Amino acid sequence: MYKLRKCVAATALVAALGAFVSGPAVAQDKELTLCWAAWDPANALAELSKDFTAESGIAMKFEFVPWTNFADRFLNELNSGGKLCDLLIGDSQWLGGSATYGHYIKLNDFFDKNKISMDDFLPATVYAYSTWPKGTPNYWALPAMADALGWVYRKDWFARPEIQAAFKEKYGRALAVPTNWDELREVAAFFQGREIDGKKVYGAAIYTERGSEGITMGVTAAMYAWGFQYQNPDKPYDMEGYVNSADAASALEFYKDLYKCCTPPGHSDAYMVANLDAYKSGQVAMQMNWFAFFPGIAKDEDVGGDKSGFFVNPAQKVAGSTLGGQGISVVAYSDKKDMALEYIKWFAGPEVQKKWWALGGYSASKVVLEDPNFPNTAPFAADFLKAMGGVKDFWQEPTYAELLQAMQKRVHDYVVADKGTAQEALDKLIVDWTQVFKDDGKI
Amino acid sequence: MAVTRPGKPVQRARGLSDRAVAWIFISPTIVLLLAINIFPLLWTIYLSFTNYRANQPGRPVRWVGVENYERLLGSEDIWEYLQATAHFVGWSIFFQVVLGLGLALLINRQFKGHTALTTLILLPMMLSPAVVGVFWTYIYQPQAGIFNYIINFFIDAGSFTMIGDVNLAPWSIVLVDTWMWTPYVMLICLAGLRSIPDYIYEAAEVDRASKLRQFWSITLPMVLPFLMLAVLFRAIENFKMFDMVVELTSGGPGSITELASINLKREAFEKWRTGYSSAFAVILFVTVFGAGNIYVKFLNKVKQR
Repeated sequence: MYKLRKCVAATALVAALGAFVSGPAVAQDKELTLCWAAWDPANALAELSKDFTAESGIAMKFEFVPWTNFADRFLNELNSGGKLCDLLIGDSQWLGGSATYGHYIKLNDFFDKNKISMDDFLPATVYAYSTWPKGTPNYWALPAMADALGWVYRKDWFARPEIQAAFKEKYGRALAVPTNWDELREVAAFFQGREIDGKKVYGAAIYTERGSEGITMGVTAAMYAWGFQYQNPDKPYDMEGYVNSADAASALEFYKDLYKCCTPPGHSDAYMVANLDAYKSGQVAMQMNWFAFFPGIAKDEDVGGDKSGFFVNPAQKVAGSTLGGQGISVVAYSDKKDMALEYIKWFAGPEVQKKWWALGGYSASKVVLEDPNFPNTAPFAADFLKAMGGVKDFWQEPTYAELLQAMQKRVHDYVVADKGTAQEALDKLIVDWTQVFKDDGKI
Repeated sequence: MAVTRPGKPVQRARGLSDRAVAWIFISPTIVLLLAINIFPLLWTIYLSFTNYRANQPGRPVRWVGVENYERLLGSEDIWEYLQATAHFVGWSIFFQVVLGLGLALLINRQFKGHTALTTLILLPMMLSPAVVGVFWTYIYQPQAGIFNYIINFFIDAGSFTMIGDVNLAPWSIVLVDTWMWTPYVMLICLAGLRSIPDYIYEAAEVDRASKLRQFWSITLPMVLPFLMLAVLFRAIENFKMFDMVVELTSGGPGSITELASINLKREAFEKWRTGYSSAFAVILFVTVFGAGNIYVKFLNKVKQR
C-alpha cells in the first residue's frame, strides 16, 4: 500500500511537471493565418499569396473551411475571441456584428496612413464589404472578392438545330438566353424531362438548401428582380408592405413554381456544390450559382469551353442580383495585427489586384474592372460587371444570423414543404424579423 | 509486545490514511462532475431566465423572469419540433423493438453461422451517425441511389424522393435510425433470452405448452425488463438525436424533420439566443429526466414481478 501511495504521488508530480514544461507551442513569428471558405478562389488566393511571402518573408498559412461549416466555424471563432485567424475573409453579412462586437479592427487610420483609397474600389463592393454602419465612411474590411449570383447554361444544347426547332414550335420564338424570369421558366420547362444524347435531363438547378443560407440566396434572386425591398427606405425597420408586398409574394410563388416544375428529382436541399454537380454531370440545362465558380466551369473538361454560356440574373420588373463576395479583415484578437495589415496593404496594390483576377479571383478594384478590355478577359466578365452594377445584399445587421434563419425556415416551409401560401410565409417572416429587431432594441 | 491499533500510528508515520487516499482518488471525479455537469446545469437554469447572448459579451444581461419559457411554450414552431421529435422517437423505437426482438429470437437458435451473422448484423451500430447520415443521402438519391432502384424493382414508384418529400422525409430518418440501432436492441434482447434458464422451457414442454404459449408466458415476460431497458436507452439517445438527421435532411423539407435538438443548436449556436435556448434546453432536460424517472420506476415494478 505504501508503495502504491508513493507511486501515485510520483505519477501526479510527473504529470504536473509535464503540464508546466510542455506549455504552449513556440509561436511562428513570421507566419500569418488567413481564414476563408474552401473553394476555387481560395486556391487562387493561396497561389497569389506566394508573391507576398516572397516579398515580405512572411509565410502564409491557410485555414479553408467548406461552405456548409464556414459560418459556424468562423463565427464561433470570433465569438470566442479565438486567435486562429489573423486575417479573415468573412461573409458580407457578418460585417455588422463583427464591427459592433469588436471582432474586426477598424481600418480607416490604416487606409489613410497607407494611402489606400476606397475610391479605387467599385462603390457597390465598398458599401457591401467594408462599411458599417452601412454607407458610412467607417471601414472594417478591404473589398477582397467581389461576387454576385449569376446563371450558367448549356450553350451547346441551346445551339442544336433540333432543339431550337422544338423550342420554336412550342413557344414561337428562338431558344435564347432568358432576359426575364418568365423566359427562364419557359426554357427550364422545355428542357425538363427532355432526352438529350440518350439521357434524361432537367431544366434548372436552383438553390433550395435549408441548413445555412442557400434557399434565401436563391429566393432573393427572384425577389430582387420583382423589386423587393427589405424595409421602408424612409423609415428603417418598417417592413410591413415591403417584405410582404404583392410583388414579393409573386416572386416567391414564381420561385416555388420553378422548383416544382423544372428541377431534377430530389433537388430539395441544394446549394452551390449540388448545383455544380448537377450541371457538370450533364443533368441540367441551366444552373444558378455564384460568379466565383464560373472560371472553374469555363475550364471544366466536360462542360467548359464553348459548351457553357453565362448570363446575369434575369430582370422581371427591375434588374437585380443577389450579392455574394467578401471583404478581408484583420481579426482584433490576432497577435500579429501589424503583419496582417501589411498583407492588406500588399493585397490592395493595383498589380496584385490584376494578378488576382488573372488567377481566378474576383477583384473589386477599379484598376481591373474599369479596364476597357475587362469584358473580353473572360466569357463571364461582361455579365459580372453588369451584375455588380445592380447587386443587393441581405440584412447585414449584427443579428443577421437570426434574420437569415427565420427566412430560411419560412421560405423552405413554403417552397419545398408546401406549407401555406407565399403571402403567409412573408407575413410570418415579418413577425419573426420584428421580434428580432425588438430584442435587439432597434424598434 | 505493544499492541498497535491499525490506522492512526501508521497514518502519522506514512502521511495518508486509507480514507484520505480514497478521497484523493475520487476527488478528481467529483470536481469534474461538478465542473462539467452540475455547474453548467445550474448556470443554464440561471441563463434561461435572462436575455443573455453569448456572442454579445458587452451587452448588459437582463433578468427576464419566465419570458423565455412563455415564448417557447407559446410558439407554434416549438410544438412542431416536439411533434417531429415524438414521431421520430416513437416510431423508430417501435420498429427497433419489433425487429430487434425478432432478430434476437432468430440468432438465439444457435444455427450454423449464427456468429458470423450476428457480427454482420452488428456492423451498422459501429458506424458514426454522421457518416451514416451522409451515405444514406447517397442511398436515397432519387436518380442514382440504390433505395429507389430497389423500390422500383418491386413497384413502379417512379423517381420519388425520400428526403425531399414532406410525407416521406419523417419516415426516411426513422428508417435509417432503425437500420442503425436495431442491432443494439437485438443485442440486449439476446442477453435477456440467454438468461432464461432452460428448465423453465423443459417444464413448459412437460405441461405441453405450445411454442406460442411459451413465448407469451415465458420468453416475453422474462425478456421484458431487458427490452424496457433497451427502450429507455434508445429513447434517451433518440430524443437528443442530432448528427445523423442534420447530415441527412438538415431538418427539412421545411421544418418537417427539424427535431428539438436541431432547433436547439440553431437557437444556441447560429442565432446565439443563449437565454432562450437555455430555457429550451431546460424544458427538454426536464422532459427527458421526468419521463426517464417515471419509466425507471415502472421498469423496477416489472422487474419485481
